[in-house]
Amino acid sequence: MAEPVDITAKGETPDLQAEPMLINIGPSHPATHATLRFHAKLDGETILDLVPEFGYLHRGFEKESEASTWTQVVPYTDRLNYVSPLMNNVGYAMAVEKLCGIEITERCKYVRVIVSELSRIIDHMVCIGTNMVDLGALTNFWYFWKPREEVYKLIEELCGQRLTTAYTRIGGAMADLPEGWTDRVLAVCRGVIPGCIADVNALLTKNRIFIERTMGAGPITAKDAIALGFTGPCLRAAGVPLDLRKDEPYLVYDRFDFDVPVGEAGDTCDRYMVRMEEMRQSLRIIEQAIAKLPGGPINIDDPRFILPEKALVYENIEALMNHFKFIMEGVKVPAGEVYSATEAANGELGFYIVSRGGGGPYKIKVRPPCFPLFQGIPHLVKGQMIADLIAVLGSVNIIAGELDR
Amino acid sequence: MVLDRLRARFPADVVSVHSDFGDDTALVRRERIVEILAFLRDDPELLFDFAMDLTGVDYLGEEPRFEVVYHLFSLEKKRRVRIKVRLHEGDPVIDTAVPVWPGIDWYEREAWDMYGIVFRGHPNLKRILMFEGFEGHPLRKDYPKAKRQPTIGPEE
Amino acid sequence: MAVRHEKDGASGYALTTLESMIAWGRKYSLYPFTFATACCGIEVMGAFGTHYDMSRFGAEVVRFSPRQADVLLVAGTINYKMAPVLKRIYDQMLEPRWVISMGACACSGGFYNNYTVLQGIDKIIPVDVYIPGCPPNPEGIIDAVVRIQKIIETGAPRAAERWPIK
Ligand code: SF4
Repeated sequence: MAEPVDITAKGETPDLQAEPMLINIGPSHPATHATLRFHAKLDGETILDLVPEFGYLHRGFEKESEASTWTQVVPYTDRLNYVSPLMNNVGYAMAVEKLCGIEITERCKYVRVIVSELSRIIDHMVCIGTNMVDLGALTNFWYFWKPREEVYKLIEELCGQRLTTAYTRIGGAMADLPEGWTDRVLAVCRGVIPGCIADVNALLTKNRIFIERTMGAGPITAKDAIALGFTGPCLRAAGVPLDLRKDEPYLVYDRFDFDVPVGEAGDTCDRYMVRMEEMRQSLRIIEQAIAKLPGGPINIDDPRFILPEKALVYENIEALMNHFKFIMEGVKVPAGEVYSATEAANGELGFYIVSRGGGGPYKIKVRPPCFPLFQGIPHLVKGQMIADLIAVLGSVNIIAGELDR
Repeated sequence: MVLDRLRARFPADVVSVHSDFGDDTALVRRERIVEILAFLRDDPELLFDFAMDLTGVDYLGEEPRFEVVYHLFSLEKKRRVRIKVRLHEGDPVIDTAVPVWPGIDWYEREAWDMYGIVFRGHPNLKRILMFEGFEGHPLRKDYPKAKRQPTIGPEE
Repeated sequence: MAVRHEKDGASGYALTTLESMIAWGRKYSLYPFTFATACCGIEVMGAFGTHYDMSRFGAEVVRFSPRQADVLLVAGTINYKMAPVLKRIYDQMLEPRWVISMGACACSGGFYNNYTVLQGIDKIIPVDVYIPGCPPNPEGIIDAVVRIQKIIETGAPRAAERWPIK
């Protein structure tokens, strides 16, 4: 961690008998995605010590949500991991539903799976794309941006916004799928995404420059990764097949046939490979989920949690009052505390929620997947070249929004 | 099962247990917290090798006021447990768990930053999300939500 | 942009022409510095991506050094830890410089009204163009760039010249 390295301990004497050099990287640096900062102690180009610093995007998510109603928190969750906001929506809604004891409808479960997997794909695309930009391979970024725009179109159609979706509600979703939406999803999943993945694959996977640049950059052993609390693709790249979709199946993930890719060395190359494969597996899940998508309502039938229908609100005084109380006071959630975890694109996304029975949360703690990953960066790069820091940082995919909250 | 084992091993330290909403939870005393956590990690029946989360909670108006909450996960047994410790307002101090899981380091710093909970023996207990020079602990319930401390620009 | 040779009022005329010529050149070669901190930054990437393609407006050469940039594009939430950094970046830019404030957060703090978020970057630096939205679409960014081009073309005063607003 952050303890200073004794440079004489491992026989690592500075090369030129010089003092180690201290440099500052960030927070406004293209490769640190504008909000991360490092204090690096270098001997020539070798990193002797690295102290990460963050908080440059701390937006007070927890304080804000303590002052909001349960439903008002949903838009705040979008801004945690803004690369795949739908997965945060799903994670939060599931946590509150666990507290309320709600069993959502079958259709809603499938819909949540579909949107989560779409988000996972675009999240991995951003990760790989920007990582390659940092390494100087701009083309992949363009290649991955095209399918992303296609997926954005689908998401926009679904909830009216490209990025800040706020799609889920306690007990269901904002709206049912639009007419013919699943066909368009299938068209994108069959027609656009695989081609782009294949393009990037052709450019990188057997590219000698890429392999030599990333192999061995920032490796970690399974044991260290566990001790540091890594989850998600970074843990799987180290060879630990932990995937909550398999190990603690939530929603309906146990009904699908998909594989969990694992790596060996836990280095940048493995992380890239794992992400590439996960995108393909997500496509498989989407195919199966759409094939099995049941009909029926998307929301549960319970006036305590679901808003009355708009048409009724306009003509019926009782519905109007209900609507008013619902918005002003919020859903009534029983007192208690829960922790609910989902497998987000970066790893375990946990919500610890304390309720005291009011219309809003007493406390919400997010367990962001990035937090331990960022903590582990010094461990990954110590003793390596400073240029590798950039490669490693991109490959663990730090999203400042959920890191700082 | 987890809770029974914990109780059998530390009968005097476990204050209460419950499994509401399916989450196993134990409220323990703070004195032997490191021993308890190390036991949870090392016991061959439990093997909680992941420290998934640590946070503070401020129950303003209750006594003891603060709570530290650990969420643990066992890779092998695929099980979770929540350990809670209550701390008094005048003395919000608890031993650090960094020797047990190095990954818990920053969570403890965050709890210090946000709630002012002191982790005795922590290698580097500094502010993590807020800047140095920020006064108070923003997630405490008695910190006003919009009380700003500008570093630059006009005073508010 | 023909240079005329009439004697009457030649010097004054030549000077304006030169200025407008520079403005014309400047207009189509804006180098943005994207200070993208949060979610809005993703839409900035979208604007520079293949679909919206900012290069059609001559503003695609993103500079990550404030010394080489003309336009500061602040996209995302700025909190009090970040604010001094933003101010310093702005101070490091060379004249003439323009500032675009993108998204509700940068313009006003957005829906974060709490202890950590700066309530609008115009508290610390002058802003030329505001883009509303949370996040604005990439079209919004393009619109802002076009507006900056208009400011340059017409020689309208920059925000810095009337800052701080009383
Ligand atoms: S304006 Fe909205 S999208 Fe932009 S940074 Fe703020 S919260 Fe994010």
